Parts: sequence; C-alpha cells; structure tokens
Amino acid sequence: MLLEVKGLRAGYGQTHVLHGLDFVVEDGGVTALLGANGAGKTTTLRAICAMIRTEGEITLNGERIDGRATEDIVRRGLAHVPDGRGTFMELSVEENFRLGAYTRRDREVQADFERMFGMFPRLKQRWKQQAGTLSGGEQQMLAIARALLLRPKLLLLDEPSFGLAPLIVQEIFGIMRRIRDEGGVGILLVEQNANLALELADRAYLLETGRIVVSGPAAEIRQDESIRRSYLGY
Amino acid sequence: MDGLAHQVIAGIATGGIYASVALALVMIYQATHHVNFAQGEMATLSTFIAWSMVQAGMPYWVAFFGTVVVSFVIGVLVERILLRPVQNAPVLTHVGVFIGLLLIVGNLTGWVFGYTTKVFPTPFSSEKPIMGGLVSAHELGSTAVTLVVLTLVFLFFRYTSLGLAMRAAAYNPRSARLVGVRVGWMLALGWGLAAAIGAVAGMMVAPVVFLDPTMMLGILLYAFAGALLGGIDNPSGAVIGGFAVGVLENLAGAYVVGTELKLTVALAIIIGVLVVRPSGLFGRVVTSRV
Repeated sequence: MLLEVKGLRAGYGQTHVLHGLDFVVEDGGVTALLGANGAGKTTTLRAICAMIRTEGEITLNGERIDGRATEDIVRRGLAHVPDGRGTFMELSVEENFRLGAYTRRDREVQADFERMFGMFPRLKQRWKQQAGTLSGGEQQMLAIARALLLRPKLLLLDEPSFGLAPLIVQEIFGIMRRIRDEGGVGILLVEQNANLALELADRAYLLETGRIVVSGPAAEIRQDESIRRSYLGY
Repeated sequence: MDGLAHQVIAGIATGGIYASVALALVMIYQATHHVNFAQGEMATLSTFIAWSMVQAGMPYWVAFFGTVVVSFVIGVLVERILLRPVQNAPVLTHVGVFIGLLLIVGNLTGWVFGYTTKVFPTPFSSEKPIMGGLVSAHELGSTAVTLVVLTLVFLFFRYTSLGLAMRAAAYNPRSARLVGVRVGWMLALGWGLAAAIGAVAGMMVAPVVFLDPTMMLGILLYAFAGALLGGIDNPSGAVIGGFAVGVLENLAGAYVVGTELKLTVALAIIIGVLVVRPSGLFGRVVTSRV
C-alpha cells in the first residue's frame, strides 16, 4: 500500500475539521477525494504533508510520516500541488523547474526536464519568463511539472481544474491520464468536478463534514444515482 | 574640477561600504520582513576580531578570511539561538530582540576590546600616486574588494542551487518546504552570509573611520538610507542605493551642508523616500486585491 491513513484528525486552532479519517491510496492509479465545499478535502491534503497539526497514523510506503516536517515528508517521495499551486511567482519557469528537482542528486534531471517539455510544450516556450506572468492554465501545468520533477511516489493534487476554462481543464485532465498510464506514481486527487474526477479515478472516497461517508471503486460510485444525487449534486 | 572628481571617487569608495551593509540588511529583510538593527554592531565586532588577529601577528589576508568565516558562524548561531525561538512572534518581539542584540553586541565589543579608538591596517598601499593623486590606494582597493564581494553574492544567488533555494525560502516558505527546501536552515545561512558581508564592510571602512565600538553606527544609517532609496525588497536596488548615498553624502558634505551635518543627509533621504516613493527607486509596488 502506498499511503495508509488511520484515524486522521486535524483542524485549525480550536476548529476541528477532520474527525478520524481512514483511507488508502494504492501504488499507481488515481484515488479521488470528493465532497462539497468545506468537507475537509484540502485539509486532508494539508494534513498528509504536515502543513497543519494532526493526530492519527499516516504511513507512506510502510514508513510512518506523521509528526515529521513537511520537507522531510517531501524528501520521502511525496509531492503536493496545493491550492494556490505552490508556484514561485517571482521566479522564472526555469527556476521553478530547478526547485522542483532541488532534492535530487541523480544525473537524470535534465532528461526529466525534456520529458516535462514533451508533456507541457508551452512551458518550454515560457522558459525564461517569470512564473507570475503565465496564464492560469500554464501555471497549473508548471505546478504539476514542478511536482513531478521531484520524482514522487505519491502526488497530491488539490483541485487542478480550479478557475480554469473548460478546454484547459480537458487538457490538464488529459495530462493526468497520461501520468496515470505511464505508471510509477500514485495520485490522490481532490476535485470539485466530481464527474471528471470519477472518470479518471480507480477508487474514490466521499467526504462529508470531516468524515468519509462513501468509499469504493470510482466506476461504481459513478453509476450509483443516489450517491450522485445526495453528495455530488449532478 | 579635480576637487569634484575627488569627492565623487571618495563617495563611490564609501558608497561601496554602504552598499555592502545595505545588501546585508536587505537579505535578512527579504527572508523575514524585519530589519536587523544590530547588523552594524555585528560588523564592528567582526572588525575587532580581525584587529586582534592582526595584533596577534597573523598576515592581513589570513586575518581577513579568518574573520569572514568566524563572522559567518556567529551570524548562523545568532539566528539559530536568538531568532528561531521567536520566528512566529509579533513584530515588536523582533524589534525587542534586535535592540537587545544591538546593545549586547555593542557593549560586549567595548568591554572586551576597550573604547579607545584604534588604528586598523589597510592591505593597500602604493608608492606612486594613482590617477595623479585623485584616488588613494585604499579607496581603490576597498572598492575593488566590495565589487568582488557583491559580484560573488550575485553569482551565488543567481546560479547555484543553494542560492536559488535561499531565494525560494525567502519568497515563499510554504512552497519551498513542498520542494524539500529546509527553510529554517536557509534563514540561518542568510544570517551567516549577511554577517560575513558586514564583516568585509567593517574591515574595509575601519582604516578610514578608525576602529571603535560605535564605528558602524553612522554607516548603518547611511546603509539603511541606501536600502530604502533602492527599494528595501530589491538587493540590486539596495546596492545601487548604497553607492548613490555614498556619492550624495560626500558631495553634500563638501559643497552644501559641511561635514558636521553629513549624517542629516541620510535622514533626509530616508524621510524623502518614505514620503515620495515608499517602495524605493527599484522596489516592487505591492498591491493586493481585497
């Protein structure tokens, strides 16, 4: 099992947001975390990479990571594209790439840059440009590229479709499909657009006010009209 | 005409000192959004350390590089021991720590080395007058040293992976952690670098102003004026600002207000910048939507 979460509780100050979550993410493949606004999806991702205080067990590749510092968790193979994307707006696309590979000491970094250009040709055209001047879609691509350059085993994505035009969303999801099919990296995807997410995902968890209310294969959840009506609203 | 040229050249030489200290201030400001009031005092202490090494019979350049290393370590330790515990504390806590640091380092220096003014050696001397006596060997040498330091700092931040990580940690600590940068250590390294740059500035200015525990007091003010003039969030701006303040101060001292009132020029620049253009000449104007 790539990621195992047991009894995860977290919140902000006195406010508890997550009330004991149990879920797993398998090697390779996509796991979707769905739910309405305020259900605790973003908080779950923040809790996994120790951006907030947590209680409960989190295991990455058999190793406990709860209680460790964010940078140490990242160095163990977890990449996070947070809400707001985590891009260094003041720096160039090139520098964002270099930072993505900051922890790596192997010789394949340049080859991975090329691989990213293959996936995101537009970023190559913007190479020397300041990241803050990119369009929303390009910034999302940069954020995903930056995260992949870490060569993670697990990739957390927080609403990659947020604020983007439908055509760009299609493009981003196409890229995620490609990442899934190439294998080697498990994805935990938080998404408002449940329909798109369920199309891409293998498994899904449905979150409601800090508790998991439904879990199962994505295809089944997609078929289940009552779940769709009561939780996903489409 | 020679007089004017001489004043400008002397201004550039002291401007280099201001530029270095301004850069040290801006480096820490960028990473923490606080101005280290004790930057000058720390540089004075470093200069005294260099002085003792020279007194002990070490060759000048050995003492010089030894001091740079020792100062770097002191800077790192100050951050780790004094600043790290208060890193999330309110602004006034930081102001308190900086003022405490200023008083402690200043008085410690006086207590250990005494308050009598000392002569500090310069490694630069020339038999023949340079450019017809327009510029002294020390002015030329210290400007060269300053430019070398500034260039090295620039290259470090622009081209090395560690420099890039330090910039990332300063701009966006949260995102920096997400790519595996150890943000706490980057801050400590920044303090070490700033202290080392300050040490060089102290050693270069001491032969001119003579060495005593309050040596850097005025210089810190000029440096601060330079940093504000160039833009407190812009390292290259601060360097240009430092040089500009050096030249302005010298010209104003020679032709306008006289040497007695020179320090007033720094204050006038500080107030002028804050009133007319708070972000400085090259600073970023931060606007945010609410």
